[in-house]
Amino acid sequence: MFKAVKEALLDPIFNNNPIALQILGICSALAVTSSLSVTVVMCIALTLVTAFSNFFISVIRHQIPNSIRIIVQMTIIASLVIVVDQCLKAYAYDISKSLSVFVGLIITNCIVMGRAEAFAMKNPPVVSFIDGIGNGLGYSVMLLALAFVRELFGSGSLFGFDVMPAWYVPNGLLLLPPSAFFLIGLFIWALRSWKTDQVEAPDFKICANSEASEAH
Amino acid sequence: MSNDTVGKTLLVAFSVCLVCAVVVSTAAVALKPLQDANIERDRQQNILAAAGLLDEAMTVEEQFSSVQVRAVDLSTGQFTDDIDPASYDHLKAAKNSDLSSSFAELNTSDIAKIGRRENYAVVYLVEDARGQLDKVILPIRGYGLWSTMQGFLALEEDLNTVAGIGFFSDGETPGLGGEINNPDWKAQWINKEAFNNGALVLEVIKGASAPDAASTIDGLSGATLTTKGVDNLIKFWLGENGFRPFLNNLEAGEA
Repeated sequence: MFKAVKEALLDPIFNNNPIALQILGICSALAVTSSLSVTVVMCIALTLVTAFSNFFISVIRHQIPNSIRIIVQMTIIASLVIVVDQCLKAYAYDISKSLSVFVGLIITNCIVMGRAEAFAMKNPPVVSFIDGIGNGLGYSVMLLALAFVRELFGSGSLFGFDVMPAWYVPNGLLLLPPSAFFLIGLFIWALRSWKTDQVEAPDFKICANSEASEAH
Repeated sequence: MSNDTVGKTLLVAFSVCLVCAVVVSTAAVALKPLQDANIERDRQQNILAAAGLLDEAMTVEEQFSSVQVRAVDLSTGQFTDDIDPASYDHLKAAKNSDLSSSFAELNTSDIAKIGRRENYAVVYLVEDARGQLDKVILPIRGYGLWSTMQGFLALEEDLNTVAGIGFFSDGETPGLGGEINNPDWKAQWINKEAFNNGALVLEVIKGASAPDAASTIDGLSGATLTTKGVDNLIKFWLGENGFRPFLNNLEAGEA
């Protein structure tokens, strides 16, 4: 039991990272990582939604008819996202303005749906809840790493405080969404060099050149 | 009972919906007062920012306490008590035929493309420490390329020099028309002359204006239609059917 919980919590951080290995949730990883404070709120929101949706879906997993299971999961996820969005609007208005639609788009974040369908439907509530937290942490590790690099070199600040020396000229490219693509690529490269079992087998092998011959 | 019967499917669907609906509506209703307060604070912040008065060290409420909120009848240009400025919503009024005028009635063309013009507007008067008028902040709006841009224009106490401009809501193309929110572009507006010998001369031109131009603003490159939209909305709101009668009255001390 303890081992299962530990695995559910820690595995998604590096061994089975939802962004780096499963390549899920890329959309928001590009959109909300230009400043750290916004990213932190997004990570907390997504972690809570994943954990609680996993929990509630797991609680009623024996009651859900197979034919409508996806829409039941969606209803629960959507309700939780609306509650989170309403809380942000009430308690963190400025951040909710800069997150704009991306809080609402947690509903369509593949990580939440993927964990509900793949894990919570088959496992008891507590382990499912931990699995949600774990996957949220995996997502958060990636997002925080991206936001750290993007805000530090893109704006020369961290959490809005200037940390770079005065001669540093901020690199505007890092504030644009494509830079997150490059960084995710580098992150995946680093991770797979460290944990070589994550490298996927190539779909096909390129043969050596066939024998050279004169033109006919 | 098996989970896949029709009865069970309907029962689960209904109960899930019911529970979720209760949770969502409880959250929405319970948090509504806090959200409304945030929206109001945000609006006040936009007004202060347009006038260049926003001071990070003070709370928005403190700063806004020196601002007088007054309703103006746009056709006469006089202050009025017909409406309550605190609860007045000019966008709603513009849709209501009792509270707004069509452009045929106003006998003019709809250059700012706002559909109908409301009969009353809420303006903000900022007073200095001696109780003298310091700045007037006017609500403005008009259609750009994709959206109606909403904002505020602030004039100094001479009712001629621009004190600042700000848009709090627009859907223009980010990076092109969206540059109307660029602080460098907005800074150009400050100290420009709106009127010269009674004629409206403030305009946004295509391309760059002369460095010492008294009343022209550089257009945004790559955003011709947004630029045109801003120019039109200035022409409309500072024109005869906008705030011109009110500004004239205020200058003559008859508002």
